[in-house]
Amino acid sequence: MTDELTRPLTRNVHPDRRPTDMDAYEANGGYRALKDTLGKRSPADCLQIIKDSNLRGRGGAGFPTGLKWSFVPMDDAASGPKYLICNADEMEPGTFKDRLLLECDPHQLIEGMILSAYTLQADVAYIFIRSEYLLAARLLREAIAACHARGYLGKDILGTDFSLEMHVHASAGRYICGEETALISSLEGKRANPRAKPPFPQVSGLWGRPTIVNNVETLCNIHHILERGAEWFQSLGIGEDAGTKLYGVSGRVKNPGCWELPIGTTVREILEVHAGGMEDGYALRGFLPGGGSTDFLTPEHLDLAMDYGTIGKAGSRMGTGTMIILDDKTCPIGFIHNLTKFFAQESCGFCTPCRDGLPWSAQVLEGLELGDGRPEDLDTLAYQIDYIGAIGNTHCALAPGAMEPVQSALKYFREDFEAHIAQGRCTYGHDHADGGAH
Amino acid sequence: MPKIRIDDREYDVPEGANLLESCLSAGLDLPYFCWHPAMGSVGACRQCAVVQYQDENDTRGRIVMGCMTPVTEGAIFSLSGDRASGFRKAIVESLMLNHPHDCAVCAEGGECHLQDMTVMTGHRDRRYRGRKNTHRNQYLGPLVHHEMNRCITCYRCTRYYRDYAGGTDLAALAAHDHVYFGRHVEGTLESEFAGNLVEVCPTGVFTDKTLVGHYTRKWDLQSAPSVCAGCAVGCNTLAGERYGKLKRVHNRFNAAVNGYFLCDRGRYGSGYVNNAERIPYPAERAADGRFNALDTHAAETLLAAKVAGKRIAGIGSPRSSVEANFLLRALVGEENFCPGFSVQEQPLVHRAAELLKSTSARVPELAEIEAADAVLVLGDDVTHTAPRLALALRQSVRNKAFELAADLRLLPWQDAAIRNLAQDRRSPLVSVTPGSTRLDDVAERCLHLAPGEIADFAFQVAAALRDDSAANDDAKAVAALLRGAKRPLVVAGTSLCEAAILDAAAAVAAELSQGESSAMLSLVVAEANSLGQALLAGGEAPDLSVLTARAEAGEIDTLIVLENDLYRRAPATEVDRLLDAVADCVVLDALETATCERADLVLPAASVIESEGTFVSMEGRAQRYFTVFPPGDGRRPAINWLLGGLQAAGHEDFADMAHVDEVVSACASAVPILAGIVEAAPGHAYRSHGVRIPRQPHRYSGRTAMRANVSVHEPRQPQDEESALAFSMEGLNRDEPGSLLPYVWSPGWNSNQSLHKFQAEVGGALRGGTAGARLLDGVSAPAIPVSEASSSSPGDQLELLPRPTIFGSDELSARSAGVRELVPSPYLEFSASDAASLGLRAGDGVLVEGVAGAFEVRVDPALREGCVAFAPGLAGCGDLVPRCAVRVRAAPDWQRRDAALIASDGEGRD
Repeated sequence: MTDELTRPLTRNVHPDRRPTDMDAYEANGGYRALKDTLGKRSPADCLQIIKDSNLRGRGGAGFPTGLKWSFVPMDDAASGPKYLICNADEMEPGTFKDRLLLECDPHQLIEGMILSAYTLQADVAYIFIRSEYLLAARLLREAIAACHARGYLGKDILGTDFSLEMHVHASAGRYICGEETALISSLEGKRANPRAKPPFPQVSGLWGRPTIVNNVETLCNIHHILERGAEWFQSLGIGEDAGTKLYGVSGRVKNPGCWELPIGTTVREILEVHAGGMEDGYALRGFLPGGGSTDFLTPEHLDLAMDYGTIGKAGSRMGTGTMIILDDKTCPIGFIHNLTKFFAQESCGFCTPCRDGLPWSAQVLEGLELGDGRPEDLDTLAYQIDYIGAIGNTHCALAPGAMEPVQSALKYFREDFEAHIAQGRCTYGHDHADGGAH
Repeated sequence: MPKIRIDDREYDVPEGANLLESCLSAGLDLPYFCWHPAMGSVGACRQCAVVQYQDENDTRGRIVMGCMTPVTEGAIFSLSGDRASGFRKAIVESLMLNHPHDCAVCAEGGECHLQDMTVMTGHRDRRYRGRKNTHRNQYLGPLVHHEMNRCITCYRCTRYYRDYAGGTDLAALAAHDHVYFGRHVEGTLESEFAGNLVEVCPTGVFTDKTLVGHYTRKWDLQSAPSVCAGCAVGCNTLAGERYGKLKRVHNRFNAAVNGYFLCDRGRYGSGYVNNAERIPYPAERAADGRFNALDTHAAETLLAAKVAGKRIAGIGSPRSSVEANFLLRALVGEENFCPGFSVQEQPLVHRAAELLKSTSARVPELAEIEAADAVLVLGDDVTHTAPRLALALRQSVRNKAFELAADLRLLPWQDAAIRNLAQDRRSPLVSVTPGSTRLDDVAERCLHLAPGEIADFAFQVAAALRDDSAANDDAKAVAALLRGAKRPLVVAGTSLCEAAILDAAAAVAAELSQGESSAMLSLVVAEANSLGQALLAGGEAPDLSVLTARAEAGEIDTLIVLENDLYRRAPATEVDRLLDAVADCVVLDALETATCERADLVLPAASVIESEGTFVSMEGRAQRYFTVFPPGDGRRPAINWLLGGLQAAGHEDFADMAHVDEVVSACASAVPILAGIVEAAPGHAYRSHGVRIPRQPHRYSGRTAMRANVSVHEPRQPQDEESALAFSMEGLNRDEPGSLLPYVWSPGWNSNQSLHKFQAEVGGALRGGTAGARLLDGVSAPAIPVSEASSSSPGDQLELLPRPTIFGSDELSARSAGVRELVPSPYLEFSASDAASLGLRAGDGVLVEGVAGAFEVRVDPALREGCVAFAPGLAGCGDLVPRCAVRVRAAPDWQRRDAALIASDGEGRD
């Protein structure tokens, strides 16, 4: 029981990662929150609990969930449907936390979504899932069918007048679909181009109707909060943020993986206790705290708490909370070249700085990595960072995110860039574009 | 009006505008690409970046996009600061990474918005060392040329083609820096408005294919304001000439009519001017039947002999100017002047004119049509009968979107946001036609009925609007849609040859205008001056059959045919009867026609491009077209030939008349309803700021060398005694009336985007005023009795319906390069069930009893059963009489054309 209270999200996650089916889920208290809420608590009460809980979006931006939901108009049911979308298009480089939740405990997400939809009085819910997550998609479809069989989904759920349809939609495979408005465009069958805001999806989203898009992990918290209350949820966190967080580590560590820990756990504890520290013979050079589009931090930041505010103040973002480790034997230029190439490839092609700027940055980095760099290339990169890297210069956050590892690499690893240029070769011995860094 | 500060100067800007519009309207040069005044903002190119400051104390500010930033009271911006201008320079540098350095050989060079913006931002030196991306180009049909490497990915083309014009076969394909704008496979662009891509594209991706073979740069074009002769909408055009050839036609902005866009018939339909079939010299038929060329003097003498003291009759033309028709009528006398419509069409156009004069509803400009919030279309497939009107109707259905947007406080220029919000929620458009139309995709309801049924249905709607509970449910539903609107519009036309449809449309409009709404009635007639001709000729004018009867009675010595191919107006046997019965036939025309072949004297007329005159459009707008270049060889404007005839025949009133202005005045005073044509444009004495308006831009080059291969003696420049325009570079092209706008150009703005320098407010009317004079405003004829009688369908036989086609049904455009390739071979369109019962499949051949030649079968599953449709004007369709009952049978020995490989490209789909 203590376990359940401290790591609610992964209580049904087994070491062998077998999926938790309906019976097992219900046996462990599943759908209790659903039964205790529908028809018994008003949507407004539910929203207040979520607001009070201080839950922040786990997709990367950390926007307060209750606040986001409060922008949805609640008095216009007559004018058409409202939508809830689960963003399960987990494509941030180095991120694999949602996959764990999807594959091991699909009912947890569904219960969270039903209660979220109830709170928002949404009529239809979509799970927009990364196309490679075949197993998760199959499990979710099975789970949705099981819910229909038990009357947890469909018309007049549990005899109340609340109805909800839920669909699984497999993405066609673009990173940009993780951006909520691009996701909506894609779901409508259009090019996955992000949309200008305002209007925000909360008032004009899918099919022009009020729509909430939340990350898998965010939605998985909802029924726990409704069941146990805002205070309980707040008590789970260590620092100013509430709840637990799925943290992950990849790179040359002894025990790469994903763990549910109190939000605000220090980087050092995650890295040294849970990930087992660096592999023998490798030293920590730096790390991207929350996926491929966050700024590098360095060993001096090890004792920082992994929460939104602390990491933000250190010049990076907590992002998805899944770290990528840069060791001392991997070329940092190859590392960011690889990332930049990915982001350039994943640009939707809508706005100029991202579409044409990122490939240029990637080319400059490739030249530097291969030893073809020139001193003025560093000026070009600095100029590109200024030009592409600011929110507002581009149509969405993809390009600014892409420039975060580049700008921080220039800050922390400038000597590597200068050595590559001076020596006309990769000082780590990489001799081809991909560098074999990963 | 909010006050904003830009670079420490205060500006009053329009409420609800965005910053980019405001800057341009204030005369500030802020570069942009993806924004378009008719299409709004999406924020794709990021070119119009400026720095916005929070308040007085904010010294850093943040970069915002001008096109995406609403202007609000007290807002502070910097355009010229280093940060804003540096960012804009960086955008152009990015766009140039992959842009080819081919300006010197690019068809856009010299009028390229990308060139202008590159210079404006100051980008010059290249830092990028990588390779350029390259693309394959596509064949997009005979009108539009594709050169994808020049693309800067501004998305204007697909936004225009798909979002604005409703096309589906041009798309943004692929992603990141490989985005490709093209079709899924090569093939002719399906949209009837594809040619606007040429003007919408800010660089040289889409260019005029008809110009490629005889290319001339914008700066070398001699241009004049013209009016499209392709249909009755009256779109304003800019026609450009070099070396005595018409090079191209582009859009001339008119805020009330065509705005920024033309249809492809209008853009590419004037190429006939350069045809080898142009008649070069006057010619007299010799005894052996051949023609002998004459000089002008001999031709005038001969014409004089044929008119002086003879019993003459004249056939005018709805494609000829008001002035030429007026002179012909004066020459032959009112009672001998046939307006030149077909026997079926003449009463219809007259009826339309009478209804427009007497209706209590507003006869709308195109701009007002775009503002309609409920539309009822009766009979016509307007995409084919008045194409630009169809494009306007397509915009009208978006008014629902703007309403929804207003609720969310979105501004009309927030294009993507509004489209995402509204999705497929549209203002109602109800289409009641015999078969499918190109507007069906945006129609709330489509009813497919035979012509008589359409009229009956519309009368039911009128009855339902009177709260007549006997009306049927469909009619009640449509009435409810119209009644719920603030600006309902009824559109009908003459194309189906059913007068009752016009009456019924007027009846619906009359009911609607009883209420509080401002109802509109728009009646489509076929040709550029159809309405002007009906207003001139009146209801008593003899039609072709009357003239034939008189000729056969021996009452006509000389028949003068003005710019009209009679074989397009009546079956050949009837035209032959008329022409056989007259002693002498004089034909004035620009192109050889079947009628010319029967003439005793042929007089070569200048085309619309080579002469000056007035057309009256379907909204009753009189508009003047001007001579772009003087007609070559022995050609003269028709009014000059006719004035010669009048003078020879001793008409005192015309004895001293020589100029267009004089003819205009004479016509205006002789025909009261046409009095307003004087106001269509300023006369020849007008001067702008004391000087003439030049037809040639300030960079016009090679004038003295142009004819050096012919003679080193340079001919004197032509002197224009007919208008305020000059065949010269000298003069001033600024702020003159819109009717006299010869081209758009402004320092730093060499492309057509310079238009905003001629507008007081971006997207608004021209500074010098909107071209044209509306003749029917203020005319209050008494309401005419409306007859509810409509024709019924002919029993078990098929009823032959004329359904015009955009490329082919109009005579002159169908003979123009490019368009000619799009003219279909003659076809008959069947409903699915009729085709099945006749054992016909699409692509088969059929014969029509009593008509020569075979027709290809098309199947329109939506076509009303019992109807069979043909496209008037196509070769072989001349003997098909509209609305008669026909029997058809499969054609023996018919060779089916190869099936198209891709279903969506082909017509052969069952």
